[in-house]
Amino acid sequence: MYVASTRRSKAERKASRAGDPALRSRVSTTVVLLGTVSLLTDISSEMVTAFMPVYVLFSLQMTYVQLGLLDGIYTGATALLRLVGGYVADRIRRHKGVAVAGYGLSTVTKLAFIPVGASALGLGGVQTLDRAGKGLRTGPRDALISLVTPTADLGRAFGVHRTMDTIGALLGPLVTFAVLTWLTFRPGPIFMISFVFGLLGVIVLVCFVRQPRLERVPGKVVTVKAIFGLLRNRGMRRTTIAAALLGLATISDAFVFVVLQKTADVPPNWLALMPVGTALTFLLFATPFGRLADRVGRWTVFFAGHVVLLVVYLLLLGPFGGVPLVIVTVALHGLFYAATDGVLMAHGATLVPDHLRAGGLSIVQTGQALARFASSVVFGLLLQNLEFGAAVTIVICALAAALAGVYLLIRPEVSR
Amino acid sequence: MIDWLARNRIVVGVVAIVLVLAAGVFYVVAELRDQADAATRPGQPVATGLTFIDNAGGQNLVSTMDASGNRKPGSLKCLRVYTAGGTTVCLRLSLPGAYEAAVFDSTGKQVRTIQLPGTPSRARVSASGKIVSWTVFVTGDSYLAPGGFSTRTGVLDLRTDTFIESLESFSMTIEGVPDKRQNENYWGVTVADDDNTFYATLGSGDKTWLVKGDLKARSMVTVRQSAECPSLSPDQTRVAYKKRGGKLGSWQLFVLDLASGKETLLPDSDGVDDQAAWLDNSTLAYAKVRDGQATIFESRSDGSGDPRELVVGASSPGPAATVPSGT
Repeated sequence: MYVASTRRSKAERKASRAGDPALRSRVSTTVVLLGTVSLLTDISSEMVTAFMPVYVLFSLQMTYVQLGLLDGIYTGATALLRLVGGYVADRIRRHKGVAVAGYGLSTVTKLAFIPVGASALGLGGVQTLDRAGKGLRTGPRDALISLVTPTADLGRAFGVHRTMDTIGALLGPLVTFAVLTWLTFRPGPIFMISFVFGLLGVIVLVCFVRQPRLERVPGKVVTVKAIFGLLRNRGMRRTTIAAALLGLATISDAFVFVVLQKTADVPPNWLALMPVGTALTFLLFATPFGRLADRVGRWTVFFAGHVVLLVVYLLLLGPFGGVPLVIVTVALHGLFYAATDGVLMAHGATLVPDHLRAGGLSIVQTGQALARFASSVVFGLLLQNLEFGAAVTIVICALAAALAGVYLLIRPEVSR
Repeated sequence: MIDWLARNRIVVGVVAIVLVLAAGVFYVVAELRDQADAATRPGQPVATGLTFIDNAGGQNLVSTMDASGNRKPGSLKCLRVYTAGGTTVCLRLSLPGAYEAAVFDSTGKQVRTIQLPGTPSRARVSASGKIVSWTVFVTGDSYLAPGGFSTRTGVLDLRTDTFIESLESFSMTIEGVPDKRQNENYWGVTVADDDNTFYATLGSGDKTWLVKGDLKARSMVTVRQSAECPSLSPDQTRVAYKKRGGKLGSWQLFVLDLASGKETLLPDSDGVDDQAAWLDNSTLAYAKVRDGQATIFESRSDGSGDPRELVVGASSPGPAATVPSGT
């Protein structure tokens, strides 16, 4: 599948050199700019995430801050605020404005770390605000991407955005490492550099991104009821249920890596490298898979991505071991993200009218995010009480069942 | 005004980017200048001398302070360090998100490097320099987020070159009952003069215990509840540890007399989160954050008198020693 899309891209590059305007890149400037905003923001937030353990344990000499403690609250806040952000953006027809508020909030939190100091509660609060900003902006931003992109190119547009986003996520920890190694371990400069990256993202958004003009649709008021009314549309309802169902059988990355490290029997410091591997395959394949989705059907690619995830879980049982298992599993895990993350939004965008776009996309995202959170809690309990093999087997069965259910649910409309 | 901004948004954006970058660079350069000064700012005289990590200098240089309070920055960079019996253990950043323990012998030669499974928290060397131990915090494997954290405590025996990756592999008896629970965390080891007996902390559920262990027998038993990060006195008669009991359940330092079982509170140690280090038989040093800065304090082990501030912007205190250059 990938080979086919590569070939097409080569042909296209040739065509574009020949100056054929019809085949030139169809990704709008706005998408690239939003990708840049995400790239800068991700550098900013991943810098802080990478610094947090050293900051808490070394700079603040604290041990008892539960670094993962507020993950649950984060997810809850993010989920609810996603709906709020989407609704408000549609209502005032200013997606950019709401996105600026979200990006701005996350950026400002970077300056709050130093004043908060060695307070576990304060640190958790600052991080919760950061996630709240993320929740606010996601729906409106994805709506912007979809509103400036012709329906036929949605997969590619989201692919390009996710590629840029992931590049930022990869660069963030490297920036932190470079600062720590060559400049300073003082927390001030790290938080300031992170703040600067975030602020640059906000400036790019405010000054360079244009809000697409949306005509008020006569007789169609944006209300909470209208947004949830989208679920009366069969395609939208099925997509939301299917995404949530698959989300229920998706365990969080941290668990995948922990189990993988134990199953493959590689040293624990490999845990730091696994997310990098996943991110690398994700960013390399997000755009080609998005284009593939545009051609063969977004839902098909989304579904296929979860079949790849099933293979990942099967590999967690350890059919072979060592470094090869880690490489194969991590690569496939990245492919799963490339085939599902942006593609689901591209699919969702085709189901929602323009004037309810942000709210509609938020519903799909929220359903998926809450389901994934629930599955992580359940899987955490399983890991605590069962052997790894048994816990993984349960997840495999759950995902297989979800895939079967989704296949039956969606089959009538395996369209794009 | 708004119109003008809207019409010239590209120019405004470019100017804003330049200004933000300039301000950021200005701030960082100013911080780097300040940290260069901080590294040589004198501390308080310590009769016994002191080794510590210089946090304020930003380079985490292992530094020493002599009896008259003069500071000398070294060249070894660590997040946690401890030297005893000529052996130095240095826990440090090795790759993005990865840490290692480097062990140096008395000639300053690096004899072992071990990859760590998490972020450095504690490091100790037995008085003889033969047994090295450390604790790291593991993120990403606390299975249930609320209240979850996980530690790994490693012990390296330089005599036989045996490395115990985690104390979890030892047998554990909790208050007389052999323990079969899965979710234990151990942290903060201190080894006795016989290089076999050790004390550490066990955390299981919401309880903590001071445990006493035997390296050869690979076994541990609990001694008492609610005592963390023990540190055995040079004369082997007392153990200093942190215990929750201060304001809002914060930690305070206590010294336990092993023979009599008498517990002594170190005054004004509220809010400490460190494994105290004995500078001699009657003096303890520990780091505590004050005004957002890690600060090293000295306290008399009999609980008399107020703690004395030794160095601001510093952590990982230890007795005076010759520190390897690390090159």
